[in-house]
Amino acid sequence: MIRIVLPYHLRTLARVDGEVAVAVEGPITQRSVLDALEAGYPMLRGTIREHVTLRRRPFVRFFACEQDLSHEPADALLPDAVAKGAEPFLVVGATAGG
Amino acid sequence: MSRVRVLVGTRKGAFVLESDGKRERWDVSGPYFGGWEIYHLKGSPADPDRLYASQCSGWFGQLIQRSSDGGKTWEPVGNQFTYVGVPGTHQWYDGTPHPWEFKRVWHLEPSLTDPDVVLAGIEDAALFRSTDGGATWQELAGLRGHGSGPAWTPGAGGMCLHTIIQDPHNPNRIFIAISAAGAFRTADGGKSWQPINRGLRSQHIPDPTAEVGHCVHRIAMHPTRPNVLFMQKHWDVMRSDDSGDSWEEVSGNLPTDFGFPIDVHAHEPETVYVIPIKSDSEHYPPDAKLRVYRSRSGGNEWEPLTKGLPQRDCYVNVLRDAMATDSLDACGVYFGTTGGQVYASADAGDSWNAIVRDLPPVLSVEVQTLA
Repeated sequence: MIRIVLPYHLRTLARVDGEVAVAVEGPITQRSVLDALEAGYPMLRGTIREHVTLRRRPFVRFFACEQDLSHEPADALLPDAVAKGAEPFLVVGATAGG
Repeated sequence: MSRVRVLVGTRKGAFVLESDGKRERWDVSGPYFGGWEIYHLKGSPADPDRLYASQCSGWFGQLIQRSSDGGKTWEPVGNQFTYVGVPGTHQWYDGTPHPWEFKRVWHLEPSLTDPDVVLAGIEDAALFRSTDGGATWQELAGLRGHGSGPAWTPGAGGMCLHTIIQDPHNPNRIFIAISAAGAFRTADGGKSWQPINRGLRSQHIPDPTAEVGHCVHRIAMHPTRPNVLFMQKHWDVMRSDDSGDSWEEVSGNLPTDFGFPIDVHAHEPETVYVIPIKSDSEHYPPDAKLRVYRSRSGGNEWEPLTKGLPQRDCYVNVLRDAMATDSLDACGVYFGTTGGQVYASADAGDSWNAIVRDLPPVLSVEVQTLA
């Protein structure tokens, strides 16, 4: 299972506490993880990625294993630790304001 | 006994205020969707327990929430608003072409007859409709495709479609307004549209009497007289007696004719309410006195309503969707401020009380009169 940490507002929207775990088949990438997340929690569609283009929303960032993966290609493999469930994939609302 | 339910959208969530017909004691519930901007929420005239809310965030985009129990519980429904075809460009603030981009839903207008049908006015300006309770949304693209779209410009708040008025006597006739394009009317259920801005004068556009480009802030109609429209424009309060074919100014003796909301008394179609704001450069009441102005003659002669409203040191604004009336006798009038107060009058404006004083900045106020 892939572990995902959502920001507060998306946890509230998805009605989950703590981490979300999703099963992903095939290569573990941003795209496959987010596809699985949105399949399990359809209310999140459009909140992390734009509809249609599936581009990351501008004020959302992706972190894992102390790396900023926001600008990595959607089909690039995520770190092994994420694929093995040792580390979570973090969806983060960008810091803005004071 | 009748009850009223006031639906308040704020910068940081939605609130539901309820009272009996006396409108003296209020129960306040919320915030719903705490931390999110709630541009608008409104109930279905066909089923008062069916509510729709526009929830948005700069981080996480647009959501639409639906309630089937009068706001006690909510569920997210469809949030995909995709323009038909290639949306093209409108004018940017400096007059250069700018791509049409979805930003948010400003206004939700449920059908008068079917709780599963709802219209949505969005930024960048377009009109969408759902016929399945908000699950899916389709653009009524004839509006944006009217031909004048490339000349539309955003107002200070964005290029928003903020007003949707359905003619209760003719389901094919709808009026809408856009900042800053102007007012439009359809007679065929939204397939085709015509601008209805003759008589408007706007100094912020090169041709002050152009067919489009006017910053209309709000339009109001009494349901028994669908051919009579009242408009609060950026500057000027206007009136039309021919469904928008022509407009005449009725600002009369107002201390300033800049403002945002306008509304009509529930039982007196010639009684109109506005809240004058000092200017487009200073968005607060003139003389720091919060005054609602009422005309009982359909405009031109206005009286200030001050009892219970702050008459010194007041620097709040009242936004375009933040005033509403109930249909009790006497008519109730409600408005919310950017300072977080929601004021109510149970006597058609003669006197006012704050239902709540410390909400986040209020974006919208709607009222349901319940049996």
